[in-house]
Amino acid sequence: MDINWQFIISTLPLYQKAAWITIKLGFWGTLLSLIIGLVCSIILYFRIKILKELVGIYVELSRNTPLLIQLFFLYFGLTKIGITMSETTCAIIGLAFLGGSYMSEAFRSGIEAVSKTQIESGLSIGLSQMQLIRYVILPQAFAVTMPSLAANCIFLFKETSIVGAIAIAELMHVTQDVIGMYYQTFESLFMLVVAYLIIILPLSFLLTWLERKVRYAEFGN
Amino acid sequence: MNKENHQVLLEIKDLHKEYDTRTVLDGIHLRVHKGEVIVVLGPSGCGKSTLLRCLNGLESIQGGDIQFDGESLIGPNVDWQKTRQKIGMVFQNYELFPHMTVIENILLGPIKVQKREKKEVMDQATQLLEKVGLSDRKDSYPRQLSGGQKQRIAIVRALCMNPEIMLFDEVTAALDPEMVREVLDVILGLAKQGMTMMIVTHEMGFAQAVADRILFIDEGKVCEMSEPKEFFTNPKTERAQQFLNIFQF
Repeated sequence: MDINWQFIISTLPLYQKAAWITIKLGFWGTLLSLIIGLVCSIILYFRIKILKELVGIYVELSRNTPLLIQLFFLYFGLTKIGITMSETTCAIIGLAFLGGSYMSEAFRSGIEAVSKTQIESGLSIGLSQMQLIRYVILPQAFAVTMPSLAANCIFLFKETSIVGAIAIAELMHVTQDVIGMYYQTFESLFMLVVAYLIIILPLSFLLTWLERKVRYAEFGN
Repeated sequence: MNKENHQVLLEIKDLHKEYDTRTVLDGIHLRVHKGEVIVVLGPSGCGKSTLLRCLNGLESIQGGDIQFDGESLIGPNVDWQKTRQKIGMVFQNYELFPHMTVIENILLGPIKVQKREKKEVMDQATQLLEKVGLSDRKDSYPRQLSGGQKQRIAIVRALCMNPEIMLFDEVTAALDPEMVREVLDVILGLAKQGMTMMIVTHEMGFAQAVADRILFIDEGKVCEMSEPKEFFTNPKTERAQQFLNIFQF
């Protein structure tokens, strides 16, 4: 098979630019998801009235609807009631909306894995509720839930491939454009795959390293 | 040794505790004087552990009063964070924090809760670790220690808060027989230093050696309260006689 290297080199800057956009979306989407997830799981832990119900509704809504529909709703739906946001803002909010529920569930399972007696042990040395969360519950929950969190991070970076649907020039969107213009389907898709691997493989290694680090104390190597 | 003329540190009056409809503690009365060692005995499920847990606010109670240092521990206005600093508790399954090293486990309470100087706490921790023979395990994680070592660390962690009373909840029940001794020796040492303690245990020899008074509970009621010699040689109630017979072969 002949590969058109000339074409690949000439479109490289396009892909580079798109890759940065993908990284940016993935980074902010994941970071916000982690924050939303953490806040939601703490609300669930303390069983805060009303907020607890809201988190429940949010998680079900977010996990059981496709990201594409969420993005359309944010981008096209909200303009109807006068809320207009840039494509990038919509995309990041969409990713965070989806990812937040996944992260919340991951954190929740980690928190629930902390035994009641560990909590009593913390209380017995006089820790306050907030100190208990910070020094006892979250570190242990984190160690337990790290594999799910890592999987969610990678999942969210891959989900960025959908946001091209609201006209953001990320990798997937650019690839479709390039194919449409030059009909070099194989080369374009090949570059797309390589670009995702360049972004996600280091992320995956980083997360594996982090996982080992946070789990060492409790589980050894 | 009679310590009944010492100051009363802990007073339990007519304590009632219920789980749903089941009565677990049914009118317990007890006065613990400063420096006194009370060993709580009784068949399993009689409410011994529950009694200790009530003293530390880990269980709600349905009636009666607990006075610690002259202050009531009943009602919504109890400052448990403050009170628990004075009441050290050691659990059956050690409950060290698995994600922290030994020294981090010990320092957490004194530094974060009591806001003491790190250096001062560190000195105290080092001394206590030496006393229990574990100064070389400072940087180990709990999973790298044996059960007996973990339990000795748990005792040090509680002691480092400078409590006024220590509660031991079946602290040797999960240990191999060989390791029981090393933990009991530490507790005996504390008794000699005059630490006030309430100990729930099934080690009868130890109970006799360490106790000033034996509190025998059955079905949530105090059946007998006497000096160890008296209790073990000449138990007054039939229930206590039956209980002691189980330990004879």
